[in-house]
Amino acid sequence: MSNVPDTTTKVKFIDDFTKLDTAGIQWVINPWDELSLTRALELKDDPSSGIQTVTVAHVGLISAEPTIRKALAIGADDAIRINAEPADAYFVAAQLANVLKSEPYDLILCGIESSDFNGSTVGGMLAEFLEYPSVSSVSSVKIENGQIIITREIDGGKEIVTVPTPVVAIVQKGIAKEPRIAAMRGIMMARTKPLKVVEPVAVEPLTEVQRYEMPKPRAVCKFVDPENPKQLIELLQNEAKII
Amino acid sequence: MSVLIFVENWDGKFKKLSFELVSYGAKLAEMLKTEIVVLSVGKVENTELEKLGKYGAVRIISAVNDKINVFDGQAYSAIIAGFAALEDAKIVLLSNNTTGKAIAPRLSVKLKAGLGSGVSKLPLSTSPFTVFKKVYSGNAFSNLIIKSDVKILTLAQNSSEVIETENKGVVTTVPIEWNPETVKTRVNEVQKQTGKILLTDAEIVVSGGRGMKSADNWGPMVELAELLGAATACSRPVSDEGWRPHEEHTGQTGKIIAPNLYIAIGISGATQHLAGVSSSKYIVAINTDKDAPIFAAAQYGIIGDASKVLPKLVEAVKDIKGK
Ligand SMILES: Cc1cc2nc3c(=O)[nH]c(=O)nc-3n(C[C@H](O)[C@H](O)[C@H](O)COP(=O)(O)OP(=O)(O)OC[C@H]3O[C@@H](n4cnc5c(N)ncnc54)[C@H](O)[C@@H]3O)c2cc1C
Ligand SMILES: Nc1ncnc2c1ncn2[C@@H]1O[C@H](COP(=O)(O)O)[C@@H](O)[C@H]1O
Repeated sequence: MSNVPDTTTKVKFIDDFTKLDTAGIQWVINPWDELSLTRALELKDDPSSGIQTVTVAHVGLISAEPTIRKALAIGADDAIRINAEPADAYFVAAQLANVLKSEPYDLILCGIESSDFNGSTVGGMLAEFLEYPSVSSVSSVKIENGQIIITREIDGGKEIVTVPTPVVAIVQKGIAKEPRIAAMRGIMMARTKPLKVVEPVAVEPLTEVQRYEMPKPRAVCKFVDPENPKQLIELLQNEAKII
Repeated sequence: MSVLIFVENWDGKFKKLSFELVSYGAKLAEMLKTEIVVLSVGKVENTELEKLGKYGAVRIISAVNDKINVFDGQAYSAIIAGFAALEDAKIVLLSNNTTGKAIAPRLSVKLKAGLGSGVSKLPLSTSPFTVFKKVYSGNAFSNLIIKSDVKILTLAQNSSEVIETENKGVVTTVPIEWNPETVKTRVNEVQKQTGKILLTDAEIVVSGGRGMKSADNWGPMVELAELLGAATACSRPVSDEGWRPHEEHTGQTGKIIAPNLYIAIGISGATQHLAGVSSSKYIVAINTDKDAPIFAAAQYGIIGDASKVLPKLVEAVKDIKGK
């Protein structure tokens, strides 16, 4: 799971647009990862799934621990934090793969994208490092008779597929309805759940952010008389030339 | 040296996005003073493949094997990596659609090639190789340097022009290996939507939010979409309420789209909604609240009640289309 600024954050940058200004930012579990966690816990709640433990893994510095604790409070059994600044997707995936190759998991859930880097990258890279199969655009994961049954979205439809474990499922909308929230008891228990810190291995990132830019402000909105929407159609035809 | 472009086919056919990809690839190759090689995997007729030539494809490789019957990210990335090595590709270009997103990261690890995903314009510079990429769900952009020798780019849909050339593509058919025993993905069932314009392909999208008030008020919106040849979409609460199907939900946690025109009706314009639609070329908003944030993202707006404005809009489009 990735630790990201709350999705309503108005991001700002410092040091000549090279760094995110973290002042005042609320950090949260990436929305997709929150839903992945929810689905993993739903599966664990059903004894027929055979899932016994749910672990969250994060590459990041100690500042991410409150977010990791939140995942434990929601219900994860334990957590692994790889103690490194996430330099790029390749670096993050390599770190995760390094830990997971010696601690195999049957089902690895990743989000389709993180709301900060918008990479849609780490899940597929992790699968390739581990040489596991991966299924993308996953909107449902079920376990029936020990077999993982996945629905994936394709252009203009869905496919229901089976893939042997271990497998990386890269999840999107549909995987769970509402994120589970932490109850008081969960918050109390989270303090004592194991959070293992692992030191990173040396990996050279392949990409680097040179600087950030803010989006160009859009042209000021032109208003059209609500009694005469025909004017709008004319503008779209003659001015914007898009219909 | 070359730019290798992977083009997906849909039941043996290409779409506008394939032509966008080839057009973009041709411009990229020009910038790098090299040639493009287009790779298609699976059965596609030569007449269809030759169409790619029109957009600047010089060499078109058609990699075929009758046994290919499923999309498997692992198998496809192995095939593409093989051709990338053979063609000495310095850049591998894919679409940033579901297929591209499934393949590109795997390819990146296989080739130890840095990935720039969802790029929407040509590189800002070739040395250092720097791409322009959306971050923070559209609230910012990054200038991302790709440091590796080989690079992978995925192109955002509908972000690039389709450019016709005088070129004629030459197709080479290459048999490839496909071992059904080792391919891990098994398809049990396929459910296709038919007869609808796909939201991700649509050039015009008409979208409704909670301001539409109930599931029963969608008639004029659907009619407007049909008249404009548009796809229909909605905000998250609308699909959560079951007023519209889930496939139509746009935004950070729904579909991310970039049509030429996005018409938002009764949508407030929350950041999470805008995250999915802010790359649209034009946004039109119809809302009763003059202070709704959607107007800050829109070029054209109508302050008014959707139930009154929509029928008039439908009449206006009928008028114009009728002429
Ligand atoms: C992690 C997270 C992810 C999210 N992801 C998404 C996402 O992907 N997509 C998404 O859409 N939302 C998402 N949301 C929800 C988002 O924050 C907003 O709540 C949502 O977009 C609001 O939908 P809306 O604009 O339809 O409804 P509202 O915010 O209720 O807005 C309704 C609008 O309709 C107007 N209106 C009312 N009556 C009329 C009328 N008669 N005629 C015209 N206009 C009228 C109102 O003035 C108002 O502006 C997410 C939220 C979170 C926390
Ligand atoms: N620092 C990280 N630690 C652990 N997992 C991550 C990290 N960054 C991204 N991921 C995972 O990769 C997914 C996609 O992220 P991205 O490739 O950045 O869009 C996220 O939803 C997470 O599941």
